[in-house]
Formats: sequence, structure tokens, C-alpha cells
Amino acid sequence: MAVLNEEQEMLRDMARDWASNESPVAAFRKVRAEKPAEGYSPDAFQTMAQMGWAGIVIPEEYGGSDFGWMSAGLVVEELGKTLTASPLVATTLAASAIVLGGSDEQKAKWLPKLASGEVVGTLAIDESARHDGKVAAKVDGGKLSGTKAFVHEAHGASLFVVAAADGLYLVEKGDGVSLSDRKLTDQRSHAEVTFDGAAADRLAGGGDDLLDKVLDRARILTAAEMLGMAQQVFDVTLDYLKQRVQFNQVLASFQALQHRMADLFGDLAMMRSAVEGGLDALDGGYGIPRAACIAKAEANRVLHTMSREGIQLHGGIGMTDEYDVGFYLKRARVLEASWGSSGFLKDRFARLAGY
Amino acid sequence: MATLAEPKEANADEAFREEVRAFLAESFPPELKGKGNALASVEGPTKETELQKKWREAMGSRGWGTPTWPKEYGGGGLTKKQARILQEEMAKAGAYNPIGGMGVMMFGPTLLEYGSEEQKKEHIPPICRGEIRWCQGYSEPNAGSDLANLQTFAEDKGDHYLVNGQKTWTSGGQWADKCFAIVRTDKSDKHKGISFMLIDMDSPGVEVRPIQMISGMSPFCETFFTDVKVPKKNLVGQEGQGWTIGKRLLQHERTNLSGGGGLASLMGSSLADMAKKYLETDSDGRIVDAVLRDRIADFEIRWQSFLLTARRAVEESKAAGGVSEISSVLKKLGTKLGQERAELSIEIMGLQGLGWEGDGFTDTELAGVRAWLFGKATTIYGGSTEIQNNIIAKRVLGMLDHQ
Repeated sequence: MAVLNEEQEMLRDMARDWASNESPVAAFRKVRAEKPAEGYSPDAFQTMAQMGWAGIVIPEEYGGSDFGWMSAGLVVEELGKTLTASPLVATTLAASAIVLGGSDEQKAKWLPKLASGEVVGTLAIDESARHDGKVAAKVDGGKLSGTKAFVHEAHGASLFVVAAADGLYLVEKGDGVSLSDRKLTDQRSHAEVTFDGAAADRLAGGGDDLLDKVLDRARILTAAEMLGMAQQVFDVTLDYLKQRVQFNQVLASFQALQHRMADLFGDLAMMRSAVEGGLDALDGGYGIPRAACIAKAEANRVLHTMSREGIQLHGGIGMTDEYDVGFYLKRARVLEASWGSSGFLKDRFARLAGY
Repeated sequence: MATLAEPKEANADEAFREEVRAFLAESFPPELKGKGNALASVEGPTKETELQKKWREAMGSRGWGTPTWPKEYGGGGLTKKQARILQEEMAKAGAYNPIGGMGVMMFGPTLLEYGSEEQKKEHIPPICRGEIRWCQGYSEPNAGSDLANLQTFAEDKGDHYLVNGQKTWTSGGQWADKCFAIVRTDKSDKHKGISFMLIDMDSPGVEVRPIQMISGMSPFCETFFTDVKVPKKNLVGQEGQGWTIGKRLLQHERTNLSGGGGLASLMGSSLADMAKKYLETDSDGRIVDAVLRDRIADFEIRWQSFLLTARRAVEESKAAGGVSEISSVLKKLGTKLGQERAELSIEIMGLQGLGWEGDGFTDTELAGVRAWLFGKATTIYGGSTEIQNNIIAKRVLGMLDHQ
């Protein structure tokens, strides 16, 4: 755990208390059963926004708290632990695109609403099932056309940050925007979003690499959610091993299992360092592209292993819907594939290092 | 007021930085720039040149080789901030720390915690000046991973102990002046019968035999004790406290072995630089062998996240107050990654990376081979990876003792 300041500790404790009391995995099960149109409980998200979580990376002058990325990561990690269905990551990333690339007018128009939770935003970047950096969507006379694949939180979002061949654009849900459900294993909101001459407002600032900057933030914040998930799978599995008795002894007393948990513990330590390193880099403003590769690649590697081992170490009971551990596996793969698979990230890391 | 105090603090640091610069300009011989002494722990001491001696004495007299140790015992008495400034300026000047070894890495910190005032006054200053070499009397032929099974016996003879037994894997035993050892003072209790004592290596009855290793070098020895007299004043802590003190020392050892210390110094240029030198690259400078390129990136990412973990452990230990069981995690991770790195670098170099001796190889290539072989020891010594896993499972994760 990074050494936190007082403000961050309070925020983390608040998020931890809220997630475990108000939004345990049971809340995710409820969303799954009730199938709200947004793919999450709007009431729960409003509560989160009221606690200031939607505005953590938004400057104070636009209604945010500007606590920074480490703070945002702490909250997202806690929500990841309980698989809280919410558009917090998506809307934070959309806001960050506007903070980085928006004009004063665009910022004044959108950031206060994003900070208050009145507007939910999301990124619409990829056009295929794999994050590959290819963008064909085009803008002609202020009208954007193209199809975006597997857009996170598309159902609840009313503002899309869309990648077109010549940059990023803001597109409001409405005329020329249509959704087609893509139900994935994590049972969260995903959709193919088709833009057919939708009114688009260009984010002209932020430099030529604005898209990369936004994607680096997506990688790091997603990795923070994955960290919470991996931590929870580890903790739950450890508890289970300490309780389950076979051969007249608790499983935790078997050395074969002890050493596997020690391996996972080491991996988890590395994952935490990599993720916190990414959040630190964002707050410090240095070495971000490289730190983002490290954070997401480590998150992919460790959560992948953790989610498999979590089920294996639970045994048959881990295969049941009654136990939570399987949910983490199903969400894990979705996040592993988002914003860069391990192969993509290693290639990018090598390119950045010049080999 | 904080707002006033801060600039003053900054000025004090700035003044210290100037002091360091002036010291380095005056005392560090430019001929030694970038030289370091990376393989000393593996190859043993080479004859110290006049310049090296001068540099060691300059650092030693200020206590800056052990920058954060108390000034009253010969340390630098620096704050962590100042120590970092010293390190930064030394790096800029290409200056290495001439004070090192087991005395600095593990024995000193342990003695500062458990030693009597007399023991600290006697033993710490020579460590700070780099005058005394210490070795570690821990493992025995039948006490490896099961270290507490050690049988070397120290019999109470009134004013002294009479020590008999054998230690093994004594790193640098053939060059050491003194040995910190754990020995048995009570045969009736496995753990509580162990005591921690200090033995002069030139005492009558001490015999050292180097062991030739797969690397061709002999960094470890067998050490035999036959009726060796050890004065009572050389007992550290109480009789029977040796296991506690000895384990504490191992935490320091593990922290150093993890890669923040010893192992990292064995590593030369980055894998990426090595790959670009030895492997075919395309016009963009990319490694053509896509599989090897992927594996290098895969390793480098994990290595970076390990370095971040080591840094995080330091920051967290500041709050927690010293080394802890987290040292087991670092040791386990760092040594495995270090071995992986050595294997990858050999693969990158092909047969050029497997030279044993003679013509056709650079010194760096030959040293790399020895370091690769020596590195196999890192997951065995200081508590094997399997022992670290036991410690993590039991002490950190609270899993019960295995049957």
C-alpha cells in the first residue's frame, strides 16, 4: 500500500465502508437480477457522485475536487473489490479527456455535470474486438460516422468521447447515435455504438497524442479496478482455505497450498506496486506511457492467474453461481482485453524503450 | 510556522549537497570513476590500491559509507534525506561506496539493535571504516533449510565458551577477520538452546577450507571449530536469544539479497541495450526475433514492478519501523527475477554468452557467465525460496504449520 496522505486515507476508508456496507457483491447480484436499463443502479451512482467520487480528477473551478489519480484509484480499487456496477471509471475517463483536450467552453459545459453525476460519460474508441489502435470513424462537416465496438457503460452514458481518424470528439447521445447490446460474461453494460452523422464537437487541445494520453489513463484506472478484484479474490480464497476441512485438517495447513498462496501474494505485491506506480506517474506527470504499460500489463498477468487460482483453490464450490469467486473471473477477462491485451502492452512497452 | 520552516529545511539540504560536492571533488580520485567493486563479494578481495585505500579512508572517516548509522559509533548520522543526497551526488560523480560487506549489510544493523554498549563501541566503528571483514557462521552440513537443527556446541567454561563443530557455506570465510555465528549452548531445546556469538577467525582451532562451486569460484567455505575459545563478552544478547537475533539478521540479509543490494550490482547494462547489441534489429531499431523481443519486454515489465515493490517496501518500512517479514517477499521475488534475467541475457548472446575463459570473449561476457552460475545460489542461500514461502504463508498470511 502506498503511503497515503490524510485526505487519501479518509477517502479510501469512506470508499471501503461504502462498498462493503452499501455495495457488497450482493448489490451486483441485485443489478444482475433486476436488469436496470443503465446496467447499474442509478441511485447508487448518484450516491457516489454526491460523495464527490465522479469529480476526483476534475479541477475545483469546474466542480470537482482535483484530489488526483491516486485518490481516484483508491476509490476504484475499493469498488473493484465488491464488483460494484457503476460507470465511475468510464465517466472519470471521459472527464479526463475533456480536462486534457477541451476548450474553456467545453470544460464549462461538461465538467460540472460530469462531476455532479448529472451526466455520465464514456470512451468510444475501439472498432474491433481487440484493442489495436485502428480507428476508421470519420468526421465530415461536424458530423461523425463510424461504429464503435464493445463500448463500456454505453447504456447509461449520455456523452461519448469518440475517437475519429483526426482526433477525439464529444458526441451526445441522441440523433444519429444507436446502441446494440453486447452482453458479455461480466454482465455489465457493453454495446456496439453506431454513429451515423451524429453532431460532433472536437476536442482540439491536448496535443497530437491526446488519444494516447486518454488511453494511458484508461489503462491505469482500469488496472486499479483490477487490483481491487485481485486483492479480493486473494483474501476470499485465503479465508476459504483457513476454513475448509479435508483429511481432518484445514486446507491452509497443506504446504502445497501454502506455497501457491505465497506465490500469489508475491504477484499481488508486484501488481499493487505497478498500479500505484501508474497512478503516481499520472499525479506527477512523468513517464506516463511507460508506467501505463507496466500497470496494465501487470494487472493483466496477475489478475488472470489470480482469477484462475481462485476457482481452483475453492474447488467445486468455486464453480457455482452461489459463490462470488466466479464473477471475478468473468469480469477479469473483459478488463484484460480492454485498452490493451498483454501482447499489445508488451509491444508498446518495447517500442517506447526503442526495441 | 511551517511556511517559514520549509525554506530553511531546503536551504540546509542545499548546503549539505554543496558539502558533499566539495568533499567528492577533493577526496574522490577521478581515476576510480565508474569502477565500483561489483564482483568483490563473489570473487573475493583484490589487493587494494593506494587510491582505493585513500578513497575508503576518506569515506570511512566521515562515516558516509554507513550514512544513516549513529555518529557516536562511527556512522554518518545523516538523515534519510541527506543520505539520498549523498547517494545522488556520488552517482553523479561516478563514485562508488567503498564500505560494504556483511558487516554493513546485516551484522551492523543487528548489533546496533541487540548489542551491548561495549560491543557496539568495539565492533561498529571498524565496520564504518571498512577495516574489518565479517563472515556468517550459520549453515551446517545438517542444518540448511532446517537451520535451527545446528549442532555446533559452545560449552560454558566459566570465563569463556569452548566451541566445537562445523559451519558451511561460509561466504568469504577465507578472507574474514571475524565471524558472527549462531551456536548451541543448550542441547535440550531446539530453538531456545541457540546463542549468537562473535568469533575471531584467527583464534586457534579455526580452520577454513574453500569450496569450489559450479562457477569455478570459491566464494563459500567450510569452517571447522576445534576447541575454539570464545570470551564471554562476545555473546550478543542473552544465552538462548540466538534464534531471535539470528532471524532478525536474516531479515536484513534478505532485504539486501533481494536485488536492491547484491544482485543488482551484478547486473550490467539493461537487457534492451544488450539485445540491441547482440541481436538483429530492423530499420526502426526493433528486435527482429519477435518471440525474444516479447520475452524481454515481459521480463522488463516484471522487473520494473519488482523495483517499484522494493521502493514501496522501503517507504512503508519507514512508517512501520525497520525490516519485516516483507523482506521474505522481496527476497523471493528479486532472486527469481535476477536468475531469469541472467538466463535471458545468456540466451540473447547465444554461445558468445557462455564463454568460460580465454580468447574470443570480453571481460564483461566472461564475468556474466560467472555471475549467471553464481546466481543459482541466490534462491538457496539466506533461506531458500521454499523457506521464504513457508515464512510468507505462516507469518504473513497466517496459514497454519504444515504437518
